Amino acid sequence: MRLHEYQAKEVFAEAGLPTPDAELAASTDEVLAAAESIGYPVAVKAQVHVGGRGKAGGIKLAESDDEAREAADSILGMDLKDYTVDRVLVEAAVDFVDELYVGVTMDRGEGKPVAMVSSQGGVNIEEVAAESPEAIAREHVDPAFGMHPYQARRAVYDAGVEDDVASDVAGVLSTLYDLWEDSDAEDTEVNPVMVTSDREVVCADAVMNIDDDALFRHPDLAAMEEAAAEDDLEAKANEYGFDYVRLEGNVGIIGNGAGLVMTTLDLVDYYGGSPANFLDIGGGAKAERVANALDMVFADENVDSVVFNIFGGITRGDEVAQGINDAIAQFDELPKPIVVRLAGTNAKEGMEILNTDALDVEETLEGAVQRAVEHAGAASVNRGAGQ
Amino acid sequence: MSVLVDDDTRVVVQGITGGEGEFHAGQMIEYGTNVVAGAVPGRGGEEVHGVPVYDTVSRAAEAENADASVVLVPPAFAADALFEALDSPVDLVVAITEGIPAQDMARVYKRLGETDTHLIGPNCPGVITPGEAKLGILPGNIFSSGNVGLISRSGTLTYQVVDNLTDRGLGQTTAIGIGGDPIIGTGFVDALSLFEEDPATDAIVMCGEIGGTDEEEAATYIDANMDTPVAGFIAGRTAPPGKRMGHAGAIVSGSGAGTAEGKIEALSEAGVPVGDTPEEVADNVEELL
Repeated sequence: MRLHEYQAKEVFAEAGLPTPDAELAASTDEVLAAAESIGYPVAVKAQVHVGGRGKAGGIKLAESDDEAREAADSILGMDLKDYTVDRVLVEAAVDFVDELYVGVTMDRGEGKPVAMVSSQGGVNIEEVAAESPEAIAREHVDPAFGMHPYQARRAVYDAGVEDDVASDVAGVLSTLYDLWEDSDAEDTEVNPVMVTSDREVVCADAVMNIDDDALFRHPDLAAMEEAAAEDDLEAKANEYGFDYVRLEGNVGIIGNGAGLVMTTLDLVDYYGGSPANFLDIGGGAKAERVANALDMVFADENVDSVVFNIFGGITRGDEVAQGINDAIAQFDELPKPIVVRLAGTNAKEGMEILNTDALDVEETLEGAVQRAVEHAGAASVNRGAGQ
Repeated sequence: MSVLVDDDTRVVVQGITGGEGEFHAGQMIEYGTNVVAGAVPGRGGEEVHGVPVYDTVSRAAEAENADASVVLVPPAFAADALFEALDSPVDLVVAITEGIPAQDMARVYKRLGETDTHLIGPNCPGVITPGEAKLGILPGNIFSSGNVGLISRSGTLTYQVVDNLTDRGLGQTTAIGIGGDPIIGTGFVDALSLFEEDPATDAIVMCGEIGGTDEEEAATYIDANMDTPVAGFIAGRTAPPGKRMGHAGAIVSGSGAGTAEGKIEALSEAGVPVGDTPEEVADNVEELL
């Protein structure tokens, strides 16, 4: 789960990290009121989960009511990479002389957390990482011990942070590590950590992603989840407990197991189609869950055909078939063609009860995908002819 | 011959009194696996499917001379179960549990490095040597005995590929589901080296997916160290960057590392044919044999 910047800042501030005064606003009037109480200059920052939002116009500086109004009008309601901005964070602007990067994440290759510091923070950190990786000091941490204070100091000195702020920056890194560990985070990151002309250190941004698998032991963080969900369909998927990713294409895909569902997406592409989504119903799904999955995919207006591919291990083919039958019973005529392929545990029993009058059935994965791609192609040709 | 498990393997099932544990212990026994004990705290003295249950893994392993453990314990308690297995006499641990917090696994992984135990998984379907033993939740009926070794990060994709192999009479020595999590005990390189040492394995299929750099490291290893031919498959070619697709491991980071393209290129350069479809993987195996 990815926290919004304002949520992460609240968590960071509570842990004692220096963050600028800030207020959340959802309208131009609220932006003006917030700016008034914080005092100009302020930064107006879009609250969406999109990288590079500054470069895309999602962050603006305002020194007066007029500029704040202008910033609010241009950012609220704007589309940033498919996300509509409905909230902004109004924050005291920091007059900085240096921008640093400080972050903690899991190095999966090493199976260990890694703490990182760079004296070249700011919007270009990804280019810095790609072009001059030596500009980022890395310190691997033994997860059984946690980060020793000397490791935080070493990372800060290795990154070339200036002496007079080194101790404060090492403090930021230590706190980020503790937050990372205590919150079961995937990442905790501040980019940039700003250094002011008075040699103060301020956390001007905040990134915090929580391991979904650990949310059960962090009810306070889990409570932030609803506010963090953005796309309607993704919110629906959360409610049903599906792994779901919406894509751009028109072939809806439902399957069991991440690897097999990804393979189904790849085959749709391979046979000339375009996948509309990734939807994994997981292992051992019962009829109701199967019906919910079809409901989800039908709710996406981009979908022109659906391929349902199940290879049963702990999932049973007859349960899946029952779920599909239940889900389509509500329609006199299917709104979109469905191609079903069942294999593995109880596939034969499933095929026997499947409503084959309404559904297309294929024996192989390749056959099912090709059929669904043909249906989707025909649907878009028909639409084109009707226009 | 086979790797990791055979009909001599003596298995403890951790969590045998739970719903999943009881069901899959039954399935393992039905397949012919030597399930000799269960381990569940507070349930010592009971029996499940006629198998004695002990309070600790060490007691179970000592009393029944077990050398392997299958972990079917819910995620919140799984790390503790894994530490317990690593501190017991068993030398193979197969962790089926999906959804173990990553930081728990980092601590387990650290401990694993201090032992000689093999850990398979977590978040995996298990290990099967067809006709001899299965440790995990794989549907036994789709496997057949033969000379192809299989290594896969994904459960159902394993079944799909095995189905294509079995269909053509290409049986398997052993199939290992290594698991889809970011931190797993046995990676591709470790699993490949096991098959390379196995005289009965004449070809290997490795099914990878986006995320991490394990496939790239495997390509380097194959190129430098292996005589047994390998056929590959990579899932996730169409996955958009930055999106998590089910497996915690299956996420392409923004920096370009871990993409399907990069993995396919690395494997191809190491002489591993990478199929576009599961059918094509079976074609490639036929050619390699």
